[in-house]
Amino acid sequence: MTSHLAHTPLHSWHATAGGRLVDFAGWEMPVQYGSIVAEHEATRKAVTLFDVSHMGRLRFDGPGAEAFLDRTVTRRVAGMKPGQVRYALVTNDQGGILDDVLVYRLVDSKTGATYYQMVVNASNRQKILVWLERRRAAGFGPGGPEIASPRDLTFDTAMIAVQGPKAAALVEPICGAPAIALRYYTAAEMPLIGFAGDPMALVSRTGYTGEDGWELVVPAKRAVEVWRRLLEVGAPVGAQPAGLAARDTLRLEAAMPLYGHELSESIHPFQAGLDFAVNLEGHYFPGADALEKASREPSRVIRVGWKLGGKRVPREGYPVLSAEGAAIGNVTSGTFSPTLQVPIAMGYCQPAFAKPGTEVLVDIRGRHEPATVVELPFYRRGK
Amino acid sequence: MTPDKLLYAKTHEWVSVDTAGAKPAGGRVATVGISAFAVEALTDLVYIELPKVGRQVKHGESFGEIESVKAVSDLYSPVDGEIVAVNDALVGHLETLNSDPYGQGWIAKIRLSDETHLKELLDYPAYQKQCAEEGH
Repeated sequence: MTSHLAHTPLHSWHATAGGRLVDFAGWEMPVQYGSIVAEHEATRKAVTLFDVSHMGRLRFDGPGAEAFLDRTVTRRVAGMKPGQVRYALVTNDQGGILDDVLVYRLVDSKTGATYYQMVVNASNRQKILVWLERRRAAGFGPGGPEIASPRDLTFDTAMIAVQGPKAAALVEPICGAPAIALRYYTAAEMPLIGFAGDPMALVSRTGYTGEDGWELVVPAKRAVEVWRRLLEVGAPVGAQPAGLAARDTLRLEAAMPLYGHELSESIHPFQAGLDFAVNLEGHYFPGADALEKASREPSRVIRVGWKLGGKRVPREGYPVLSAEGAAIGNVTSGTFSPTLQVPIAMGYCQPAFAKPGTEVLVDIRGRHEPATVVELPFYRRGK
Repeated sequence: MTPDKLLYAKTHEWVSVDTAGAKPAGGRVATVGISAFAVEALTDLVYIELPKVGRQVKHGESFGEIESVKAVSDLYSPVDGEIVAVNDALVGHLETLNSDPYGQGWIAKIRLSDETHLKELLDYPAYQKQCAEEGH
């Protein structure tokens, strides 16, 4: 029994449902309930629920929060509209990526005050908390606004992702019209419908699967109730739970980077192809100078996607070679794509070999398998 | 082939030794596959790498691979001998491993060169016990 691992509020539900529980970033999480491919396909064709409560949820209050976040992440936070959600990177002084995060500008439904939420990777929660505290303590210098310490709400809340083309069928009865009205990358607090005490949830039109969907942050004590009700309401459209393995195959098809694979402190945002997540012009944040310089120079490596010809699956760490056998890169994530029915991979390679159509070789456990560079994403949902 | 009559390696391969008639001059033939427990643990099979006929194998040596969406696993020969047949029908029909792992899902036939290692294999109750401990 792995008793040292953290449990989300849904842990015993997963165990009872036959979820295969594994250690993920210090949490005991369901990697799959049955077939990974079935959970993947259900997300693409119907709707699935993911327990993503292990991700860190940090709340920033007070007058200094906006400027603090603006000077900490690679996207501008100053000027975000209420309800807006932005994908950003937290970088160190060299421009290396400490984490990829979502920043939300929100309105507290009780007080009307503005506050911010940051959702961080489970594996980076402690690192980011320490980093933020160092920067907060350093402050903005004399005369600058007081910056309150963020509150870590990870253990007081649960986060449930409802993902798939039929997601609205679950979210409408439970969150109502305000949730359906949310445009992509917006969020709002709203009361849950049909639950005792009308608990408030933070609902966002976000997700990590490449499908339409919502993510719900709910009080920890109500998590099982909400999860159960979502499944009940979603039964007619085939709603089922999905685990972290399907979450990985889905995000990989959608070419979404994963920290620890495509993103790390030795990678900067431009190498990762995350130019959209960096606002350099007139915007200070750690590493801005280094990134300004990097933006004007050719990169050593850039992120690419490959499709393979055979059936063997490229995996993290496998070397990528030119057709002549020279080492040119490495795989950071790979799987057999359930949607495309071919092995796919993302990784980094020298820019000279990054053009779509370039033929390369992936060293799969000693055998060189042919692969072709393809445009990302591998999969895009229909409009 | 029913699982209770088979022998098992700790690495989840099953073995059925052909006992019909007297011991043939060249050595008895063992049929090898993987257990239902192993197939279920893998889920979502995508690829199998079968050994070549004629290859000599030693017990404990990897002689192939089975790949699922999530991971790749070696197939270990439970016996010493020579591969005399492989189940090519599995290629492209990995679902047979799910539906009939002990029958149509056989992987290879090995002519035994040395039967001593058969003694190290687990019988069905011992194998089930191992699986129960593994899958806690």
